[in-house]
Amino acid sequence: MIGLFHVPWFDASPFNGYVYPNETILPWSGLIVVYPYITGLVAGAFIASSFYHVFGMRQFRPVARFALLTAFSFMVFVPVPLLLHLGNPERAFEAMITPHWSSAFAAFSFAASFYVIILMLEIWFAFRVDAVALGKKSRGFWKMFYGVLTLGSDDVSENALYYDHRWARGLAIIGIPSATLLHGYVGFVFGSLKSREWWSTDLQPLIFLLSAVVSGVALLIFLYIVASWLRRTPVDEACLRGLARALLWFLVLVVAIEGLEYLTMFYRSQEGITAIKELIRGPILVPFSIQWAFSLLALILLASVVVFRPNGPDLVPVALVAAVLVLIEVFAMRWNVVIGGQELSKTMRGVLSYSPPLLGRDGIATLVLILGAPFVFLSILVWVFPPWEPAPRRETKPAPGRLAPVLSVESDN
Amino acid sequence: MSDSPDTNPINRRSFLKLAGATAAVGATAVEALNALVEKAAASVATEARGTPSFPTPGYDWTKHRWAFGVDSNLCAGCLACVEACKLENGVPKDPHHFRTWVERYVYLEGEQSPRVDSEANAGDIAASNARFVEPYRYDDRYADKKLEKSFFVPKLCNHCSRPPCVQVCPVGATYRTEDGVVLIDQDYCIGCRYCVQACPYGARYFNEQLGVADKCTWCYHRITKGLKPACVEVCCHGARVFGDLNDPESDISRFLRDNRVEVLKPEIGTHPNVYYVGIDKDVR
Repeated sequence: MIGLFHVPWFDASPFNGYVYPNETILPWSGLIVVYPYITGLVAGAFIASSFYHVFGMRQFRPVARFALLTAFSFMVFVPVPLLLHLGNPERAFEAMITPHWSSAFAAFSFAASFYVIILMLEIWFAFRVDAVALGKKSRGFWKMFYGVLTLGSDDVSENALYYDHRWARGLAIIGIPSATLLHGYVGFVFGSLKSREWWSTDLQPLIFLLSAVVSGVALLIFLYIVASWLRRTPVDEACLRGLARALLWFLVLVVAIEGLEYLTMFYRSQEGITAIKELIRGPILVPFSIQWAFSLLALILLASVVVFRPNGPDLVPVALVAAVLVLIEVFAMRWNVVIGGQELSKTMRGVLSYSPPLLGRDGIATLVLILGAPFVFLSILVWVFPPWEPAPRRETKPAPGRLAPVLSVESDN
Repeated sequence: MSDSPDTNPINRRSFLKLAGATAAVGATAVEALNALVEKAAASVATEARGTPSFPTPGYDWTKHRWAFGVDSNLCAGCLACVEACKLENGVPKDPHHFRTWVERYVYLEGEQSPRVDSEANAGDIAASNARFVEPYRYDDRYADKKLEKSFFVPKLCNHCSRPPCVQVCPVGATYRTEDGVVLIDQDYCIGCRYCVQACPYGARYFNEQLGVADKCTWCYHRITKGLKPACVEVCCHGARVFGDLNDPESDISRFLRDNRVEVLKPEIGTHPNVYYVGIDKDVR
């Protein structure tokens, strides 16, 4: 069937050395760079929200619900690059109807769907009370809209809120292993292939997972600062400091593990090390340099937050710059893995150079649109469900034997 | 024809679809499933009868065990095999999509490692006189250089006994037949290209026009009719050998008896079924 999705178009990549001729067209383009990047942001944002929802770290309260909406906004767009990439996207559901279980891809649609359901349920429990309050304040369409979202459950008694919280927390507890598995599993998709030396490492799931957390926390810092600026409200210092500290420690782990991975690779110097060096010096020189330079810069900035404990006016720009550096660095890392892995020939004796097209299905414009869409969606969600909560009052302590009330009808909006 | 549910995706798929439908209407388990298995088997048989090329009517895949041999010493690099394959199988006629190709290894005096060319090299594309190469040619860029040795190595899908491409297909569109051929159901392939990534030999490509993966089938539509694959048929040097391992007098059985053979990348555990004679340590 030759239809809309079957444009007989390809762009062969130039190469050096010994390369199999079929390799000259890279099977996976920038779309498959964007896919693990977005999935990582989702996993990271979710885990950041659980700092408060599960581990009860109260300084994260101001961003806890916002992190849930962020995770959901990005999760909605995870299938987009995958579907755009498929040669026959109309057959995508076959992966769920007749999954071939030996494939690392087969379980993805189930794992992702399960995670989306957990996320939606948790958001519902976390925002039900808001929907009730907003429904009461609204008229006409919006009254009906919020009424539908409460699913008819408009009990906001203390007891009902307590159970909302219990449910949200329970779902978050299930959500953490789900988010962790989801992204560790994306690493497995690459790490389990023995055909590509650049991907085939046991550390790949761990590297993907930790860099996911790093990117998600960085995204949250970035969005929190920008949103506070847009809302003309001060950034909560304790919250931002906590996020910056979390970012630092996760970044230390990522840099250490990735560093060890490269150290081992170079020390072992197995067949193909010459081609690997050529790959780093050639096609991925820029993204590879960005990955490491930005990681180290962000490490220095974040370490300064811990060491010098700057106050609000100094803390915000430092955290913002570090977050942006990390967001770019993780994207570069995804590029180095996905595209770099394909630029290193399976012969281990040659290197290809891929240049993304500007337009078209795999074009830079498409990637920018896909990466921009979750931000637009998130703005709408935040407008419909203001997630902002005030910083915790110091005197508020959970009653013995009971969990701290997470949800509050009051909002500083 | 005997169809095992593990090896024939049509059977498995029909079964699962029908089973899914059954669950939806809440039919009781055992009798319903038995009935469905029979129904699915019947539907596969009907499909087979209605499709003349695959599987060939009357062909019994449990009675054959196909294998392929390449004698690199005999290959002259004429590339007739590449041309025949492209014509026979509708492979795109550019220098970046191949079901089979031929690599040229050139050891120049004073150089440590060989120069390895394929039809995708810029020089060879130019020598073939167009972006869409036909006929396929190598350029003579080493004409004024001193050669230590040079040889050609035909390449194709290895139809591995433990194929990584089959392992990774998320829908089971690619599968290994009972007679040892790895095939793709192109009406079912979703076009994710995971199999293209997983093949350690670069034997698969993505057909942009159809939106599906493609690769050598050992001309399954021919061999099930008792013919040879197109590349073997046109090889006038006898560098390509094909046959049935179940027949001790077949070309491939004799080839394996008479030669010390090797396979490509044996260390990765794919157990290839294309056997090579006369290749060098630098061949990958």
